[in-house]
Amino acid sequence: MPNTNNTNLKNAIEIRNLNFYYGTFKGLSDVNLNIAENKVTAFIGPSGCGKSTLLRTLNRMYSLYPGQRAEGEIKLYGEDILSKSQDLNLLRAQVGMVFQKPTPFPMSIYDNIAFGVRLYENLSRSDMDDRVEWALTKAAIFNEVKDKLGQSGLSLSGGQQQRLCIARSVAVKPKVILLDEPTSALDPISTAKVEELVSELKADYTVAIVTHNMQQAARVSDFTAYMYLGELIEFGETDQIFMKPTRQETEDYITGRFG
Amino acid sequence: MTMIQKMSDTALYRSRQRANLIGLTLSMFAMFLGLAALLWILFVLFSNGFAALDITLFTNDTPAPGSEGGGIRNAIVGSLMIVGLSVLISTPLGVLAGIYLSEYGDTSKTAEFTRNVTDIMLSAPSIVLGLFVYAIAVAPVGHFSGYAGSLALSLIAIPVVMRTTENMLRLVPGSLREAAFALGAPRWKVSLMVTLRAAKSGVITGVLLAVARISGETAPLLFTALNNQFFSTNMEAPMANLPVVIFQFAMSPYQNWIQLAWGAALLITLTVLLLNILARVFFREKVKS
Repeated sequence: MPNTNNTNLKNAIEIRNLNFYYGTFKGLSDVNLNIAENKVTAFIGPSGCGKSTLLRTLNRMYSLYPGQRAEGEIKLYGEDILSKSQDLNLLRAQVGMVFQKPTPFPMSIYDNIAFGVRLYENLSRSDMDDRVEWALTKAAIFNEVKDKLGQSGLSLSGGQQQRLCIARSVAVKPKVILLDEPTSALDPISTAKVEELVSELKADYTVAIVTHNMQQAARVSDFTAYMYLGELIEFGETDQIFMKPTRQETEDYITGRFG
Repeated sequence: MTMIQKMSDTALYRSRQRANLIGLTLSMFAMFLGLAALLWILFVLFSNGFAALDITLFTNDTPAPGSEGGGIRNAIVGSLMIVGLSVLISTPLGVLAGIYLSEYGDTSKTAEFTRNVTDIMLSAPSIVLGLFVYAIAVAPVGHFSGYAGSLALSLIAIPVVMRTTENMLRLVPGSLREAAFALGAPRWKVSLMVTLRAAKSGVITGVLLAVARISGETAPLLFTALNNQFFSTNMEAPMANLPVVIFQFAMSPYQNWIQLAWGAALLITLTVLLLNILARVFFREKVKS
């Protein structure tokens, strides 16, 4: 199978023959892809190529919208998450997501983190304090907010808000974290911080990131998938994709001749 | 001749300037007309109302025909109780129904039907609502009551709260909902703890505007709470309230009654004004965040 990584890594997610439909429009066709555990996998490609669509199938976010449906198979550690019996809330607790624009909840910084944790765990006050500190430290923002945990999450800068959102995802201890263009609304310094964070997160989590920025994909990811018009054109180790892509389309996109 | 001068000389440009001047004059005139009417109303109300305003207005109850002085204490307390109970009824119902329309029903047939009914309720003449409550809550028990008054006012307030809540919830970006769902939160938690909280100030604004709307309603109370000459906090009995006192006293032959009606009118106007200002303050806070 050409579009799957053929290394000996353990796969967190295996996607087989995935087709996706927005009503009658086909958004993805026949995607096959493995996402390796504890690695960063980047999805790149021009606007509308289906990279965000693919990411949103991994936590079934599309199921919020009637008319959107996926066919095929997506296995998260062997369990088919597209099956009708899949509990979506439990799935999303396992597969976290961070969005393009920062989405802090209208509550304190502390409660932003505790919100997700309280959904599935009953922690004592001190255990919750520890968890909040741990998650904020993981997202490299604890030192900036430790004296104002009671303040509104909305009071933070855009870059801080985005790291708060990452901390919020991390706090529920998911297996996989999906990042949907997490830096496209951020300034370069905040972007650098988030990128650094992504590289650190993979020690504990499997990360899938959608990005418009090819340099970013090259910097942070271990594997890269190039997509075009809903199809997975090429998938492989990031170095190989960027240095010597096997498909002409990939090379054209990466060298800026197209896209 | 420079190019700009040349352009400003053309007949087309001149006629456009003339049209602009005429349009501006007409709209300014209309604006002054509207403003003058408003100021006139306020002037008459304030000059008569403040003349009636003294401490006995708040300490004495409505006087019997022919007796001197008097106040509107019973009507103030009655209005507060009737409107207060109505807010207690209509806020939870309206907010929950608004959440249903925005977060659950969305484009379903039930939601569309509810929306249509609500729109009809919003524009229903308040006298019809009063008559309806009279038929179901006054005629069967054989007497007017404060409860019936609250019920009638709630029928007016619920659709207002419902539609503002729905509209405010719709202003909350979808990405915020998705972010909450992405943590594995069930829909009711997303709606109550994230979406509603994000729309909080808008929803409060809606409730305040609904209160402002019902605190001056007269017709529904005529059929339901009616009036009570004496001080009473028994909501099962007829109850004094400001709008009906104004209605009855303003048309009476007694000079002191007419005075009291002006005082009551001023009180309602100031309350509604205050509520509107509060609503604006809340809404401004929302826009800031």
